Amino acid sequence: MKYVVAVCQPDRLNEILDRLQKAEIHLVTVSQVMGRGRQKGISEVYRSHKEAGSLLRKVKLEVAVNDEFVPQCIEAISGAAHTGEIGDGKIFVIDLDDCVRIRTGETGEVAIG
Amino acid sequence: MFRMQTPRGVRFALFAVVALALFAASPAAAQEGIDAGDTAWMLTASALVLLMTPGLAFFYGGLVRRKNVLSILMQCFFCMALMTVLWVVVGFSLAFAPDAFGGFAGGFDYVMLNGVGFDAWDGTAIPGQLFMIFQAMFAIITPALMVGAFAERMKFSAICIFCSVWLLVVYCPVAHWVWGGAEGFFGLGGDGALDFAGGTVVHINAGISALVAALFLGKRQGHPRDMSPPHNLPFAVLGTGLLWFGWFGFNAGSAVAANASAANAFVVTHIATAAGALAWALIEWVRDKHPTVLGVITGAVAGLVGITPACGSVNAAGALGVGFGASVFGYLAVTLLKPRLGYDDSLDVFGVHGVAGIWGAIAAGLWATSAVPGNDTNGLFYGNAGQVALQMKAVIYTMVWATVASAILLKVIDLTLGLRVTSDEERVGLDLTSHREAAYTLVD
Repeated sequence: MKYVVAVCQPDRLNEILDRLQKAEIHLVTVSQVMGRGRQKGISEVYRSHKEAGSLLRKVKLEVAVNDEFVPQCIEAISGAAHTGEIGDGKIFVIDLDDCVRIRTGETGEVAIG
Repeated sequence: MFRMQTPRGVRFALFAVVALALFAASPAAAQEGIDAGDTAWMLTASALVLLMTPGLAFFYGGLVRRKNVLSILMQCFFCMALMTVLWVVVGFSLAFAPDAFGGFAGGFDYVMLNGVGFDAWDGTAIPGQLFMIFQAMFAIITPALMVGAFAERMKFSAICIFCSVWLLVVYCPVAHWVWGGAEGFFGLGGDGALDFAGGTVVHINAGISALVAALFLGKRQGHPRDMSPPHNLPFAVLGTGLLWFGWFGFNAGSAVAANASAANAFVVTHIATAAGALAWALIEWVRDKHPTVLGVITGAVAGLVGITPACGSVNAAGALGVGFGASVFGYLAVTLLKPRLGYDDSLDVFGVHGVAGIWGAIAAGLWATSAVPGNDTNGLFYGNAGQVALQMKAVIYTMVWATVASAILLKVIDLTLGLRVTSDEERVGLDLTSHREAAYTLVD
């Protein structure tokens, strides 16, 4: 099992969700986050003085998948999030120890789907 | 086990109701010399001025961090209640009763509105009670203006006491000097100083006292490096819109009549505000490449402040000068002077109200022209250089008294009650620690 974390441009979110759906990956958690990478951020100005923090709005997707779904998942996210512009984002893939479906108490690979 | 007991608050309320019943017996006199048009306009103008205070609350509330927005709304809204009560009990009398204390303030003739009836108020054609309630709205917003300087760190109890005593010992005397018919040493209005709607009484007074308060309180934690930008600029824009709208009552209502003088005040108020908004945005556009929303609304407020003392004596051309100048000086104070001196006037009450107020009071002495209806005074640009000196005198009187009285008052409160919340309360935010409420919930 893997835990896939992706940080992407907010305007790509709907496309990413569509592609994940088509790849039969339904489990996903999305949050609004602030961050920066090579793109750098845009500083806000307050009373003609630049604010220190320069971050941009991004969305973060978290997807838990069984091993055989990892390539489709990455393909779906990167395919939809790619524009070729700086700031498209990153995908991180992390080993996942376990998963519990709270409703039934099932654990492991069965619980993910 | 509970024992039935009348809570202390309820007992106090009962006592207050009985006390009020005793003074509620108003005189049912004949209404002589009342003009229907004037009365209709002044009723409207009074309501407009009231609306400025919630407008101000949203202007300030949008500029603070999300953990403190309710504290700001509360401080402004609370002024609407507290200042009204103080005003009818004794404030109006101290400002508008005949001279006492050597002309320093009005006496106690009108305490509890005794003798303030429904006949025409002296020099007007509106009922005395209406003049009183119009002026009450000014007494509400002036202390509320200062809230911006001590935002995000002052104890609510200390704010209540400071604003209450300040109304009686700073606002009421200065209102008496300028509008209340003071004679002799304090007779600024009698001297011929132009202050149509309260540049000295309202804006310089509040702006200077706010600076003193900011200095006594000290900076907010993390100032200036860790300050967040405004948490909700749309609130600030909404608030400025309400201020601009209400200000027509403030300035045009200060004619205390529905006449040409009121029409002039209305027109020049609008022009100066537009000029101020434009000037601030243009300065930013040229200097920083981007005109900001905060800049354009701050410029509008500076323009409104600047024209306030001058709106009874300048024409449209003068209003352009007053509005542009208000934003130029306001901008310099807020973006250059404040960082250099390092004080934390959190929402720029001094930079906008104090500095643009001083500019407006002096500018009234520059652009005043007897061509304006209801005004027979010329300013420097119309051949009367002496008017500038009269304006300066009124400015200096107000600045000195506002500084001295506010400093003493703040020192006394600091030594007894304490001015500042604890550093932990400041970190958590005043909404939760002072009022046990939150403006925004985490979910739902």
